[in-house]
Amino acid sequence: MRRSNAPIFWLLFGAGGMLSALLGTVLVLITGLLAPLGWALGPDWMSYPRALAFAQQWLGKTFVFVVIMLFAWHAMHRLLHSLHDIGVHPGVAAKLACYGGAALITIVAAAALLSIGW
Amino acid sequence: MTDGKAAPRRPFVRPMAGWWRRDPFFVRYMVREATALAVLVYAIVLTVGVVRLAQGEAAFAGWLQALRSPASLLLHLVLLASFVVHAHSWFEIMPKTMPLIFVQGKRLAAAAIQRAGWAATVLVTVLVFALALWARP
Repeated sequence: MRRSNAPIFWLLFGAGGMLSALLGTVLVLITGLLAPLGWALGPDWMSYPRALAFAQQWLGKTFVFVVIMLFAWHAMHRLLHSLHDIGVHPGVAAKLACYGGAALITIVAAAALLSIGW
Repeated sequence: MTDGKAAPRRPFVRPMAGWWRRDPFFVRYMVREATALAVLVYAIVLTVGVVRLAQGEAAFAGWLQALRSPASLLLHLVLLASFVVHAHSWFEIMPKTMPLIFVQGKRLAAAAIQRAGWAATVLVTVLVFALALWARP
């Protein structure tokens, strides 16, 4: 019997769901609101040299990559399974669009992070 | 129907449009599923940031400038609210999705699992925020 590939997507969905539940709120608060506004963290918290240094360090690089990848796979898996609820049959095309989108985000993020270097 | 002829057959098809608005339980389900959109948008925002960072100082400054726009700040307020809803609903369904845990022969209550999840989120939030404050320029 052919093995199902569902557990892989389910695992990515679960890991991404847990990580975004634990981390998502504070990350959005910091990168989307406090740092741009300069509140509490100062105006240069996310400045180019600091962001670059963070992404050049292996821990920072891995952190950013894991957050982007797991968030993307979590979201795309959930959206795929919600299609049925709004009357769209989740067939091969929908699967390709959703998982393909997540793969694209993963590859683009990985390429950018690798080209930043160490 | 007394003339023996059958009425023209018009099978009843239950309309499904807007089905989830019929019951608050379904509304909560759809809201929970919709948080995936926020998670996706945030992943894309971060990906764009990483790409702009790789492209150099001017490109990254443009991304930072875009983050300071009112539209972006409004978007991130919506994202923030969505992530809170996501965290809440994630731990709400966790007792149903995780393997059963038994403590001294009794099943661990759903409320306890939910509280533990919330506590973990609060802890992580405080830790990350403290780290961000500590790493101020």
